[in-house]
Amino acid sequence: MTTDTTARLDTRAPRPAADLAPETDAYGRPTLLRLTLVELRKLADTRAGYWLLITIGLVSAIIVAVLLFTAPDPDQRFENFFALSQLPVGILLPILGILLVTSEFSQRTVLTTFALVPQRHRVIVAKLGAGAVAALLSVLASMATAALGTVIAGLAGDGGSWSTGVSAFVGAAVFQVVNVLLGIAFGLLLQSTPLAIVLSLVLPIVWSTLGGMIERLRGAAEWLDTGLTTAALVEPPNPGDLDGGQWARLGVSVAVWVLVPLVAGLIRTVRREVS
Amino acid sequence: MISVEHLTKRYGRHTAVNDVSFRCEPGTVTGFLGPNGAGKSTTMRMICGFTPPTAGTATVESVDYRRLPNPGRRVGLLLDAGAQHPGRTGRETLTISAHTIGVSRRRVDECLDQVGLNAVAARRRVRAYSLGMRQRLGLAQALLGDPRVLILDEPANGLDPEGIFWMRGLLRDFADRGGTVLLSSHLLREVEAVADRLVVIGGGRVVAQGSKDELLAGAGALVRARDPEALRGALDRAGLPVRSSTDGGLLVEADPGAVGQAAADSGVALLELRPAESAGLEQIFLTLTANDSVREAVR
Repeated sequence: MTTDTTARLDTRAPRPAADLAPETDAYGRPTLLRLTLVELRKLADTRAGYWLLITIGLVSAIIVAVLLFTAPDPDQRFENFFALSQLPVGILLPILGILLVTSEFSQRTVLTTFALVPQRHRVIVAKLGAGAVAALLSVLASMATAALGTVIAGLAGDGGSWSTGVSAFVGAAVFQVVNVLLGIAFGLLLQSTPLAIVLSLVLPIVWSTLGGMIERLRGAAEWLDTGLTTAALVEPPNPGDLDGGQWARLGVSVAVWVLVPLVAGLIRTVRREVS
Repeated sequence: MISVEHLTKRYGRHTAVNDVSFRCEPGTVTGFLGPNGAGKSTTMRMICGFTPPTAGTATVESVDYRRLPNPGRRVGLLLDAGAQHPGRTGRETLTISAHTIGVSRRRVDECLDQVGLNAVAARRRVRAYSLGMRQRLGLAQALLGDPRVLILDEPANGLDPEGIFWMRGLLRDFADRGGTVLLSSHLLREVEAVADRLVVIGGGRVVAQGSKDELLAGAGALVRARDPEALRGALDRAGLPVRSSTDGGLLVEADPGAVGQAAADSGVALLELRPAESAGLEQIFLTLTANDSVREAVR
């Protein structure tokens, strides 16, 4: 009797699709890879973003050109071309990271972004991924322009030495990824483009200046001044060749300048009321 | 289906939404009516997980919106047509959403076509769009994932009369195919033409809800005469209460037959006599919400 009823219920009243929705949704949630590709697309699909990317690419080319005209022949080496491109690119990449976050708030596209992906932390992880990919691509672009400069230097004069270590590439990659993540972290925390850009540029400079001026801060600055701790990643000689102590200092400064604002910004963004 | 149960939102001492409950069933268009600042947008944002409610729950398709795995494929949202990046083209705006929710590029073209944005418009940046075009783009974005539920906040803003007529047809068709529509407006006429059900909100509270026919029933008669004074006298003699008068017409709390009889008894010539319908609903809307909107303006 009981089984009969159940059977009849099953055939006559199939469960409405809505009941099945949460578990067996035919349309699963977007993967992080998909979200990261979308964020990469957002980096390039507006004029501001497009020209920022072009500028980042051009900066290396300009540095290489300047060195070709001004530096003595022996200094026109791949290692120098590559290393000297890193600092100006490293100023632009935090801005790219900031804009990737703050433009969503200033243009209010978060309304769409968070409507389609209500798990906001996944959007932020995708932005971190996209920023890191952009940073690595900038390193590849610098490598290409440095290589081009080396070829030209070899043809035109006595320069054109190719000698370099893999650590230079690793150092540059770490340096630029840290820069982008710093921008994203400041963007998430401050959620305002001008504020985030100004503070991300000014705070480290202020800190460096204070560290240089005040004797008692010098010890702390060695651990907290990203200008000092990241220098070994990109500056000759032997860029990227860090010893254990240098890695430790880099790690501490990155934790303070990137990780702390990132976590605070993540919490703020996830909790924030969007309107 | 959308289910809202006892939703409340307080900002400090101000209660924006106060114990709001209603349901939107598949196959229906629900009009969410109220003056500006009545709590419509806040309620809609709470339904979609943008604003955490102080109390109460809201579900879409029987789940919390934020627990939908890929909400773009279930629910089409248009909360603010102005919230588009002005530097992106119309097509790019849709393409980003299409990539996010995993629908094809062809669907982007279909949706652009459906809302009447042609290839030229799709190539232009949103900065150059009129408000009406932004509404159309927003609607295209809502339709992109072929959802079962549409939640639209003031979608008719900025649309020209032809656009409003077109949108009504689109929403009616969506509901007739089994979809659920919740659309808000502060203009009664706009919602009346398409909605099956109405939820009227004022000062954060639901002040009336039901099917449109229910709310219209008993609204009385609208009557107009060449000599309004004589008509009023006739109605007074017959003991029929006059609720209000607008542009020379009188709204009478009685069925049209009784009003006609009263006029005939007193020999008053009528220009117009009909069931009040929208005029009645408008009256309800105004009386239910007027005080609140005034308070809103003063605050």
